[in-house]
Amino acid sequence: MVEFLDLINVGLFAAALRMATPLAFGSLGGIFSERAGVINIGLEGMMLTGAFAGVAASYFSGSPWFGVLVAVLVGGLLGLLHALITVKFVGDQVVSGTGINIFALGFTAYMSQVIWGSRGASESVQGLPVVPIPLVKDIPIIGEILGAHTPLVYLMPIVAVLSYIVLFKTPIGLRIRAVGEHPAAADTAGINVFKTKYLCVVVSGMLAGLGGAFLSLGHLNLFAWGMTGGRGFIAIAAMILGKWKPFGALGASVLFGFADAFQMRLQALGLLPSQIILTIPYILTVAVLAGVVRRAIPPSNYKPYVKE
Amino acid sequence: MTEKLSRLSLETRELFRRFLAELKLALRRILPQIIAILIAFLAGAIMLLVTGYSPLEAYGALVIGAFGDVNGIGQTFTQATPIIFTALAFIFAFKCGLFNIGAEGQLLVGGFVAALVGISFDGMPTFIHVPMALLAGAVGGGLWGFIPAILKAKLGAHEVITTMMLSYVALYVTGYMVNYPFKAPGWVAQTVQIAPSAELPRILPPTQLSASIIIAVILVGLVHYTLQKMSFGYEVRAIGLNPAAAESGGISIKRGIILALVISGTIAGLGGAGEVLGVHLRFIENFSPGYGWDGLAVALVGGLNPGGALLAAVLFGALRSGGMGMSRATGVPLDIVTILQALVILFVAAPMVIRYILKKGGFKWLSS
Repeated sequence: MVEFLDLINVGLFAAALRMATPLAFGSLGGIFSERAGVINIGLEGMMLTGAFAGVAASYFSGSPWFGVLVAVLVGGLLGLLHALITVKFVGDQVVSGTGINIFALGFTAYMSQVIWGSRGASESVQGLPVVPIPLVKDIPIIGEILGAHTPLVYLMPIVAVLSYIVLFKTPIGLRIRAVGEHPAAADTAGINVFKTKYLCVVVSGMLAGLGGAFLSLGHLNLFAWGMTGGRGFIAIAAMILGKWKPFGALGASVLFGFADAFQMRLQALGLLPSQIILTIPYILTVAVLAGVVRRAIPPSNYKPYVKE
Repeated sequence: MTEKLSRLSLETRELFRRFLAELKLALRRILPQIIAILIAFLAGAIMLLVTGYSPLEAYGALVIGAFGDVNGIGQTFTQATPIIFTALAFIFAFKCGLFNIGAEGQLLVGGFVAALVGISFDGMPTFIHVPMALLAGAVGGGLWGFIPAILKAKLGAHEVITTMMLSYVALYVTGYMVNYPFKAPGWVAQTVQIAPSAELPRILPPTQLSASIIIAVILVGLVHYTLQKMSFGYEVRAIGLNPAAAESGGISIKRGIILALVISGTIAGLGGAGEVLGVHLRFIENFSPGYGWDGLAVALVGGLNPGGALLAAVLFGALRSGGMGMSRATGVPLDIVTILQALVILFVAAPMVIRYILKKGGFKWLSS
């Protein structure tokens, strides 16, 4: 019991913030896509491909920041593919997203063997450095929780704030939401529905790619097979729990990140078999969805828009 | 006499004409799928080329691996079997407007429960033991489908996320079972072998092809019949087409959703039981190489109808079995198979993509 209580310390909260980072980027990406009326089940695959591309780019260039850039671009590219299939060719959004997830799983495993000769994991690469925040890191307790992370962790709240401003305080946000809620009316009002949807789904993929880059470059410094482990889906759950709002999604991501960090520390303790502990984030996700969803009404009309 | 003959030939000609028309119609219906498969293979070939492999050599080895000898053919149909189950599972839920992407987990749970029953009751007569173990697998998969079903019907939790999450839970829970309480002696995380009385007969020795494929084919007919001819199937389809209209027509949506997902899980669970009782003869940790995803691809390629899925499952079984041969012979990573599969799904996802490509490629006559 004493050991169990030892789990809850500043390290756990710091780890919770780290594990919340990929989820937050993913769920913010999900918000952009869904606010514009496109369901993005493919977040998982975009995240996984981002994680892979980041490590591959860092491996070849020696620069983790170049890796992050490539991860974002590759994520955006998959977003573009999703937009092409669902917006231009009015394909089924869930089917397309699932196809992207399967593609990511196969593509990353295939390329991992081509580059490193191993399906399971890549070689270790140069990861992102930890950059302590001056002053903040010296505050007791809070400094230990907030003050010493890779820059992507600090970027998480910044992106959330930016997303909030863009979506709710600017004309472009108004356009995005109009396109999601009522595409026909938006069209009549002179908004380019297709362009808006494209933009949002691409941004969604870029954010998911960024989340993936954090997983591989900011956390483990290598790529491992299927390393996202359903985090793209958990990010969608965080988006729903946060009612499609940036700060809500951020908060929900921290909650799920906490569960993930707790699970990891519990494993290290060795009290329970790892397989049982590993189920915690998934069960929590299902429980949360079951608990809140009835009150969560999607903001958009997800029907593909066809111009009359 | 000649008059009779000429009338007969007229009738045959008429029959032949009708047959041709039917054939043309059927071809036109499956054309997008065939083109999707061809384009996927083309894209895969580019991928192989870019990464330094010879597509001709790889695809050649794939075909030889899948159909070159009796072992290959046996392996092809062995691999196709669980995919038929997972495809039927996907179709059944889909007809009700539900995306069950958790067939993988339902298959694992079904397989594990079937293994438990297969290990217990040693010495029971085969004609009782086998059905009992199969039934256990079906119930296991059905229960795993019941969780997202009740969450969807009562609380509105989106089944795409819950079924996916529950797949991970199934993977870890069955993993725990064969790493701890039910672990067989030795290094591998697996149960002990099932009793001989619970084994499904092998139907093409020396290959692993088991009677599970017969069950799968029967199930294809059963699912088709249920969806098309039974009032329950009609209700399911009505909910899938237009829930509001179905409800005002007196159909209980909640009941339909729950039953469709439970039946979907049951089918996947039965597939898992078939794998355990017919192929592996024990539950091995995470024995599925992704049959759940295969099933989704196959269901889509098969035009979301059971018969089409049966044909597509053989194709994907061939991909899996040939892929292994290809990997051995040419060193191409087996994951190219997953990539091909994903490409097929993406192209089938939007039939308009295919039409667009045909039009731009100068094949206008095909695209109408």
